[in-house]
Amino acid sequence: MKFTLLSACALLLWSSCSFNDKINAVLPIYGSREPVTKTVNGKQVTDTVYQTIPDFEFVNQYGKTINRKSLDGSIYVADFFFTSCPSICPIMHRNMLKVYETFKNAANVKILSHSIDPNHDSVPVLKNYADKLGVTGDTWWFLQGKKESTYKLAESYLVAVQEDSKAAGGFVHSGYFILIDKQKRIRGTYDGTKPEDADKLIADIKTLQNEPQSMIAQ
Amino acid sequence: MKATIITMLLTAIICMVYSCQSEDQIEYMRYYTAGQDLYKTKCQNCHGAQGEGLAALIPPLTDSIYLKANSNKLACYVQNGLQLPILVKGKAFNGQMPPAGLSPIEIAQVLTYVKNSFGNNMGLYNVEKANQDLINCN
Ligand code: HEC
Repeated sequence: MKFTLLSACALLLWSSCSFNDKINAVLPIYGSREPVTKTVNGKQVTDTVYQTIPDFEFVNQYGKTINRKSLDGSIYVADFFFTSCPSICPIMHRNMLKVYETFKNAANVKILSHSIDPNHDSVPVLKNYADKLGVTGDTWWFLQGKKESTYKLAESYLVAVQEDSKAAGGFVHSGYFILIDKQKRIRGTYDGTKPEDADKLIADIKTLQNEPQSMIAQ
Repeated sequence: MKATIITMLLTAIICMVYSCQSEDQIEYMRYYTAGQDLYKTKCQNCHGAQGEGLAALIPPLTDSIYLKANSNKLACYVQNGLQLPILVKGKAFNGQMPPAGLSPIEIAQVLTYVKNSFGNNMGLYNVEKANQDLINCN
């Protein structure tokens, strides 16, 4: 009897562990989705089309134009900041540095920090900021562009996430990190001011890196 | 008899010295704990929980030699902000610290915390000393 109980407990523990693993293994897909019915080889097939981020065009700290296509094949993290921000930006980028240090040698991971103060944050100002953070190469881009375009992009992230979660408040002002997969779908949001959220983000990027190809080619 | 009196006197003196010290100790602890709270809300976002700073953007608060050398200017830095090329831990910084918006007593508290945390050990920095230093801000 005792033995049965014990093994039942062990089984329960074991199964709850593997259950947790499963939850971690697949990240949610945020945003609207539409069933699309098409005919493939004479058969009716219903596919789900997920919302993806809209096209954009910004300039990075090296003066190079960056758009949606520049991110083909990359998992990336986006945030919004400005270089003269006295409040939460230093905390966010202290945490983002951890993400950068983890993935700076991974070819398929990028970080995009959008300045919301393009008047002040010119290309040389952004380059200087990147230098002072110790950021080199093409893993972490500091982007500037028209204020409207930046806000529009932020809004598209926000709208997509709000449909699924309680992450209210503008991304622009609340220091959120947004995780986007190779098909440009939003897969996670993180409070950029919390070190533990940065750790979760790092784990989630690794999960996306290991996502099977069949899921990627939807 | 004589010995007893001497012993009593000595004990009294020791007690006085000891209670004096613990009064200082209590004052120090008052400043330090109030300063700790102020640090969390007013400084930690930039200078970090361990006073580590942020790369070459924000200097660390761990350079005891710098803090000692500039001891009587720190109150002014906190009150009025700082925008000067400085050398901390052998690294050059030329950033911008905004004014903290703290009263002299709060400046004394937060600086007592900074001067006795992150490996620094400079003792109490009271409001009298802060007021004295603040007169000389330029
Ligand atoms: C917005 C970010 C920010 C905040 C908030 C901030 N500082 Fe600073 N602090 C800086 C920067 C940047 C410098 C370097 C300025 C320069 O290069 O001239 C600095 C310099 C200093 C220095 C002198 C250099 C050193 O590292 O020892 C001290 C002391 C200091 N800060 C203490 C404080 C205290 C105490 C507070 C809270 C009351 C505070 N700071 C809040 C950004 C900040």
